[in-house]
Amino acid sequence: MKTKLLATAAICAAMTVPFGTVMADEDANLIIDGEIEITVRAPAPDHLENLDEIFSGWVYRATETQALQADDFENPGMIFVDSGHDLWNTVEGEAGESCASCHGDPEEMAGVAATYPKWNDATEEVRTISMQINACRTEQMGAEEWNLDKSELLNMTALLASVSRGMPVNVAIDGPAQATWEMGRDLYYTRTGQLDLSCANCHEDNYGNNIRADHLSQGQINGFPTYRLKNARLNGVHSRFRGCVRDTRAETYSVGSPEFVALELYVMSRGNGLSIEGPSVRN
Amino acid sequence: MKRFVLAAAAASISTFAYAQTAPNDVTFGDYGEIEVSLSGEAGDAERGLEVMVSRGKGNCIACHEVTALQEYPFHGEVGPMLDGAGDRWTEADLRGIVANAKNVFPESIMPAFYRTDGFTRPGDAYTGRAAEGDLDPLLTAQEIEDVVAYLMTLTD
Ligand code: HEC
Ligand code: HEC
Repeated sequence: MKTKLLATAAICAAMTVPFGTVMADEDANLIIDGEIEITVRAPAPDHLENLDEIFSGWVYRATETQALQADDFENPGMIFVDSGHDLWNTVEGEAGESCASCHGDPEEMAGVAATYPKWNDATEEVRTISMQINACRTEQMGAEEWNLDKSELLNMTALLASVSRGMPVNVAIDGPAQATWEMGRDLYYTRTGQLDLSCANCHEDNYGNNIRADHLSQGQINGFPTYRLKNARLNGVHSRFRGCVRDTRAETYSVGSPEFVALELYVMSRGNGLSIEGPSVRN
Repeated sequence: MKRFVLAAAAASISTFAYAQTAPNDVTFGDYGEIEVSLSGEAGDAERGLEVMVSRGKGNCIACHEVTALQEYPFHGEVGPMLDGAGDRWTEADLRGIVANAKNVFPESIMPAFYRTDGFTRPGDAYTGRAAEGDLDPLLTAQEIEDVVAYLMTLTD
């Protein structure tokens, strides 16, 4: 919305910052622990017609929040990665297996998080990484499913994201995944609720602008799960979607619903080219 | 929104009550303007100011900057600055914009504050659950009038 910014600037040239705003350093770069280079801005993937460039949500956070993610000792999300490590090695279920007994070290999974959601041939469905983890638990381990967007599953997705940090998001949107991807795209552009707003209204038309006290990002999910300062825990993708849909005064879809799986595939594909950076820190 | 329902009920039983117009009965002009007061009464600019800045009411400054409201923190940049709106628009225009901005600016992001149907998956306020029964408009007829009265004070 550069035009609106310009219009505002023209009306009142002296005032460049809206009243009461905390500014972010939108030109900063993210290198974690001086080692892992994170791509926080990239050319938009070809399928995105309305954007030229894509940005990680990190770019729009306050300088202090940005700093937390540049250092693993400061990043509160890393504590949950440690818990994920413990779970990785824990034998559970009738088969007497742990994740480690099939997959070795978590580092063997580097790159995996960057390709989910992904088509699964055997079940003929698009699976999120959470669904895949639960499938491993029920089918390979003979263990119970973990609750979606709850602690164990979030800790495990944080571990799997952490070993892929710096690698580019690269989800497939063609072939058998295409129908699901199109459903997600339709949801992204559908206005919902009494406020009659779509994801695109906020995250495509207005990223970089403030909406009351919030600095709008592109609503990318390359940083999930995210540690939010607001609720001091890890947050899953579908829970975040729910919050945004609720804020349009709409009836939301539920966590794990086919609609949110489709939306997750679509939103992840909007970030193709950004780095995986979970667990990220947001407000 | 109980007050709205009560006011509407009162209007229908007493013949001399103000001519309140229900959301579905509003007559818009060719440019989306609304000529007559929705509540049948004049607006109160001071109460309009409260509606403009309250998160649970109009929350207009979520999207708009207004220099005169500088003491209330956090103004958004999603819509244009409203300074001078009272010079740029007539009272009827402003009433139309606040009631249903999409009649004036097609495809606008600005929510319609006096509309109760035509929504996809309307919720029960901000609970995330489905709405039960008829929706109330985001603002009452009188609140719209109050906001319009406030906007008319925004002159250069
Ligand atoms: C009324 C405005 C609004 C709408 C509509 C909206 N969001 Fe958001 N969203 C926000 C705000 C404000 C934030 C917090 C600041 C930020 O990260 O952009 C946010 C944050 C997010 C984030 C977290 C980004 C990060 O970096 O952690 C995601 C993901 C997201 N939104 C996705 C969506 C999706 C998908 C939809 C539609 C189903 C949607 N949003 C609709 C306002 C909105
Ligand atoms: C979610 C964002 C949003 C909210 C909330 C919002 N507006 Fe707007 N408003 C806009 C946008 C965007 C425009 C510009 C028209 C367009 O291009 O869609 C606009 C235009 C206007 C205009 C005409 C602009 C001018 O001055 O020339 C007025 C007046 C106005 N809004 C008043 C209000 C009032 C009063 C409220 C609250 C009761 C409000 N708005 C709430 C987004 C919003």
